[in-house]
Amino acid sequence: MSVIEIKNLYKIYDGSEVEVRAVNGINLNIEEGEFTAIVGPSGSGKTTFLNLVGGLDKPTDGKVFVDGIDVWSLKSRKLIDFRLHNIGFVFQSYNLIPVLTAKENVEFIMQLQGWSRKDRIKRTGDLLKAVGLADRMDSRPAKLSGGQQQRVAVARALASKPKFVLADEPTANLDSKSTENLLDIMEKLNQEEKITFIFSTHDARVIKKARRVITIEDGRILKDETK
Amino acid sequence: MKSNLRLAWRNLWRNKRRTLITVASIFFGVLLATLMSSMQEGSYSSMINNIVKFYSGYIQVQHEDYWDTKTINNTFVPTDSLIDEITSVTEVTLITPRLESFALASSEEITRGCMVIGIDPEKEKEVMDIGKWVSDGVYLEQNDRGVLVGFDLAKYLELSVGDTLVLIGQGYHGTTAAGVFPIRGILKFPSPELNKQSIYLELKTAQEFYSVDQQVTFMVLMLEDQYDLKKAMRKLSNQIASPYAVMTWEDMHPELLQMVEADRAGALIMKAILYIIIAFGVLGTIMMLVMERKREMGVMVAIGMQRSKLSWILFFETIYIGLIGVIAGFTGSIPLIAYFYHNPIPLTGDAARTMEEMGIEPLMYFSWLPSVFYNQVITVFIITALIALYPVITSYRLKVQLALKA
Ligand SMILES: Nc1ncnc2c1ncn2[C@@H]1O[C@H](COP(=O)(O)OP(=O)(O)OP(=O)(O)O)[C@@H](O)[C@H]1O
Ligand SMILES: [Mg+2]
Repeated sequence: MSVIEIKNLYKIYDGSEVEVRAVNGINLNIEEGEFTAIVGPSGSGKTTFLNLVGGLDKPTDGKVFVDGIDVWSLKSRKLIDFRLHNIGFVFQSYNLIPVLTAKENVEFIMQLQGWSRKDRIKRTGDLLKAVGLADRMDSRPAKLSGGQQQRVAVARALASKPKFVLADEPTANLDSKSTENLLDIMEKLNQEEKITFIFSTHDARVIKKARRVITIEDGRILKDETK
Repeated sequence: MKSNLRLAWRNLWRNKRRTLITVASIFFGVLLATLMSSMQEGSYSSMINNIVKFYSGYIQVQHEDYWDTKTINNTFVPTDSLIDEITSVTEVTLITPRLESFALASSEEITRGCMVIGIDPEKEKEVMDIGKWVSDGVYLEQNDRGVLVGFDLAKYLELSVGDTLVLIGQGYHGTTAAGVFPIRGILKFPSPELNKQSIYLELKTAQEFYSVDQQVTFMVLMLEDQYDLKKAMRKLSNQIASPYAVMTWEDMHPELLQMVEADRAGALIMKAILYIIIAFGVLGTIMMLVMERKREMGVMVAIGMQRSKLSWILFFETIYIGLIGVIAGFTGSIPLIAYFYHNPIPLTGDAARTMEEMGIEPLMYFSWLPSVFYNQVITVFIITALIALYPVITSYRLKVQLALKA
């Protein structure tokens, strides 16, 4: 069974003048361990698509199954809990809670899940080491570079042991060196820990790293290539 | 919950200056409101003390007809059982009898109406403390046959210590009361009204003058604490029945009670305006803060934080602002009130004169009454809790996908 099954997914905005079909009939399966890029020009519907899959934005029509569970059949509180336990999120920027240190940001999500303090501390250390920030554990986000912040965000996304990680343009605000660094870390986690990553991007260098590239345009899948 | 509190606390200091300004507005509000309330309560309680001390006592036990018809005929004998019943009320600290009626006071040529008050000189020390007001001569002794005369009255009658005063009045059941009394002392009260009309003498002497046996017009009851009045009154009215009546100073001086209440209402309006202005300032801060944090709130809910938890954090943050403001306000007002409580501010000018005419020492008193403080705590808590509804509602209504775009 696929980790994610997407069936006939639509998101239609009924604007006052024109209706916008941001996601216009997408069918797609994502398997465990994939390292998949969603690409497409600005306005093609990448963010909207990822939000529908991640349980953040309600589809106009269609279904999203995660491990066989119909995500959008869940009620508000259940849905938030579902996200907490099943999906890791990395957004374009300002992912972190500014008043918490890197360590606390990572711990935060485990705290929400009710982990014991001992386990939290151990896993936080491991994850921040994995993203190369063992020495910046006690810095607040404002004291970290954009790239470092995104790496903390990746560590946080993994902290909850999600079924997959959704990352909407995680490198959009990073310079090329930080981009490469972040991608290397994600790739390594994917290969060594079998973490499923789905990320959107415009960036050719990022696309190059993906093993599966899904191109969307006007809310439809244009191409779906696996290397 | 602990982590919510910690997060709220840290959030508070993200925009230090804004938080401090908001806290400062509450600080000034609380400072003003406590000082104002303390002064109000202080002046009410000094007025009440005054009236209680010089006129009525806190509570009186009278003959049930006395209040409506104040004659020497509506008197009663304070029996031991009656006194036992009164003493059994723990709030009552002192009971003293008085026999009060009108008479004409004359010297050789001059005559004037006056108030003749028979007292127990020993016990009265703890009520009026008349001895303190003797400006010339001496205080009454037990079984004294002499009188103390108000300063202005003595002056009008052209009498002084050692002279003889003639009293003529109506005694029990229409008998004629007449007597000649040596003047032991002249009384100079802070109240001109008392100075103009009062004559004090030993209870026994007064009873003989009015031809009553053991009767008194009323028993004056004192309390340890003026705020025990209601409690003491409840107990007393359960125990004391016809032909006696129990009256509080509130019953006997309704005009004072009304004045206090009207003043309280006026002050309440002022404090309400003050707090409303502050409330809008705090609301502005909180609205700004929520607006700035929409994206962050979106991220938190997106990654799996329940909206209820987010609400708590924002709720605590708002409450913290109020709490710090109240603590700061108290830190400012408590030393001031403590100082002025022990060193009341002397008043001058018209206010002082008016107070003196009312028989009140012209001092601005402050009060330590707990309500002076906890009323501010309650008010600020209610204000901040209401304002905190705004972020709470916002976090429940937040559209995550839109917040993330912000
Ligand atoms: N809330 C909304 N109301 C109306 N239209 C919207 C809304 N959100 C997105 N759209 C429209 O949906 C379409 C897809 O937007 P989306 O943000 O998913 O594109 P994208 O591929 O993520 O673009 P970018 O690469 O610039 O981030 C766009 O045409 C956009 O204008
Ligand atoms: Mg986008």
